[in-house]
Amino acid sequence: MIEKMSTVSAPSEHAIWTASLGKAYRIGFWRRRVDALRDLTLQVRAGEVFGYLGPNGAGKSTTIKLLLGLVQPTAGEAYVLGRPAGDASARRHIGFLPENPSFYEYLTGQEFLTYCGRLLGIARPRLREQIRDLLREVGLERAAHQQIRKYSKGMVQRLGLAQALLGDPKLLILDEPMSGLDPIGRKEVRDLILRQKAAGRTVFFSTHILPDVEMICDCVGILVDGRLVRTGPVNDLLGGDLESIEVTAVAVPEPVTHEVEGLALQPGLRQGDRVTFRLKGEAELQKVLPVLVQAGSQVLSVVPQRRSLEEIFLAASREAKQ
Amino acid sequence: MSRVLTIARMAFTESIRDKILYSILVFALAMIGSSAILVTLSVGGEGRIVKDLGLACITLFGVFFSVFIGISVVSREVERRTIFTILSKPVRRAEFLVGKFLGLGLTLAVNVSVMTAGLIALAWALEGRWTPRIALAVGFTCLELLILIAFAILFSTFSTPTLSAIYTLMVFVIGRLSADLMQFAAQFGGSSLKATITVLYYLLPNLSRFNLSTLVVTDSPLPWGTLALTAMYGVLYAGAVLALAIAGFQRRDFR
Repeated sequence: MIEKMSTVSAPSEHAIWTASLGKAYRIGFWRRRVDALRDLTLQVRAGEVFGYLGPNGAGKSTTIKLLLGLVQPTAGEAYVLGRPAGDASARRHIGFLPENPSFYEYLTGQEFLTYCGRLLGIARPRLREQIRDLLREVGLERAAHQQIRKYSKGMVQRLGLAQALLGDPKLLILDEPMSGLDPIGRKEVRDLILRQKAAGRTVFFSTHILPDVEMICDCVGILVDGRLVRTGPVNDLLGGDLESIEVTAVAVPEPVTHEVEGLALQPGLRQGDRVTFRLKGEAELQKVLPVLVQAGSQVLSVVPQRRSLEEIFLAASREAKQ
Repeated sequence: MSRVLTIARMAFTESIRDKILYSILVFALAMIGSSAILVTLSVGGEGRIVKDLGLACITLFGVFFSVFIGISVVSREVERRTIFTILSKPVRRAEFLVGKFLGLGLTLAVNVSVMTAGLIALAWALEGRWTPRIALAVGFTCLELLILIAFAILFSTFSTPTLSAIYTLMVFVIGRLSADLMQFAAQFGGSSLKATITVLYYLLPNLSRFNLSTLVVTDSPLPWGTLALTAMYGVLYAGAVLALAIAGFQRRDFR
């Protein structure tokens, strides 16, 4: 769950903790200043799945690189697993998948994972075991001894996930883990993320594939033009924006239909003997239901219509640009 | 330390799997071998000609290797984005650079050893006696090349591969000529030229100190004291350049 700075606790209590974090680059001959990230304040609690959303160029990868110490902040501060961002001892417990990963093509998948495992300081017998299990988990068992140059894009992505999971990390940072994957591959990555959550790991991932976020995230942050414009638990973001309620009933007498239509947003939609009414909200529903019941109609369904994450995302982007 | 050795081993594996390296090696051996043809044009001193040309070949191909493999060691990792994966592990940037330096040093040593073995065998075939001094001369060439690798890595931490190659080659040329330039400036130069050359002389490595080919070819007595100082100078200079490279690399942003 994300909290505002005024109510936050110490950095050590969160998997990720940032305060007014910013990054500006100097580009071009005249060293023009470009703000890639501005005033980012967020906290990600241990054990949650956090979806970091934003259009291309919003600053998602910059945030991730700041958290890993690959770039230095120009403002604010960041802590990861209770240590300053970029600290080598914290990186021992972080698994990272870069966007569009690319690895040493002349190595086999097994050799690459062995190299990563040695950098993590995992002892050889344990490393062999872990590599075998991870290759099975990501479905690369058969390609273990194949050179990476012969891997498809999806296979490289899976290998990237395997190296991120080496050494039982407490925190997984995944930059666009679903990009370039087919629907089956995306489903497998979603399942893998949920398995990591079940194992008690924190998962922070950036994406712009919104249905995936709705399905697996506890919390989301929406970043537009380097600014965090929305944050919160997914259910709060989706649940707070009730658009309408659809009531479907059968055997509705004509006068009752007219009466209900008077309370509805638009005329009832007829399909055979069933009618669907679109009501504005809870208050209208409380009036309509007794009317239908008294008239002897059978209420088939009452469905709240909420805004999708995509609509929230687009609205947030529009607001930020204005 | 184990992370440094892991990175060094990987850098070595990467370079020995590079086909270009084998092309350079085969070409260098062919050049050393072809010096035997020149011998037919001279009367006497065949061994000297072969040793002289062979040592020059080893230096030339060593410089080629040091510059072109040295400058790509960091830039290739950045271009392929493999550096994101490596530096997201508990690897310090200093460990990364030192590991790469050691890996390249090992590759250089293996290559130069193959060329040296070829040269010693050729000299033996022509003179009928072993010349172990060749190995000593090549050892000093290796020290010179380690300094160049350190420079190539330093330049590649903040510059493009092309500019890094140009800068490193300039260091080699000026380093080899700095003592001569100093003498030239002392005799003929104005005050500004003298000042410029003096700065370059003290700032850049005096690489001519590592050239022992005259001592080897002429069988002169070896000045062991001077050689020990030169070896120490080489190690310290390479270490200092690598330390500078690390200092610059620490602050670099990987976008």
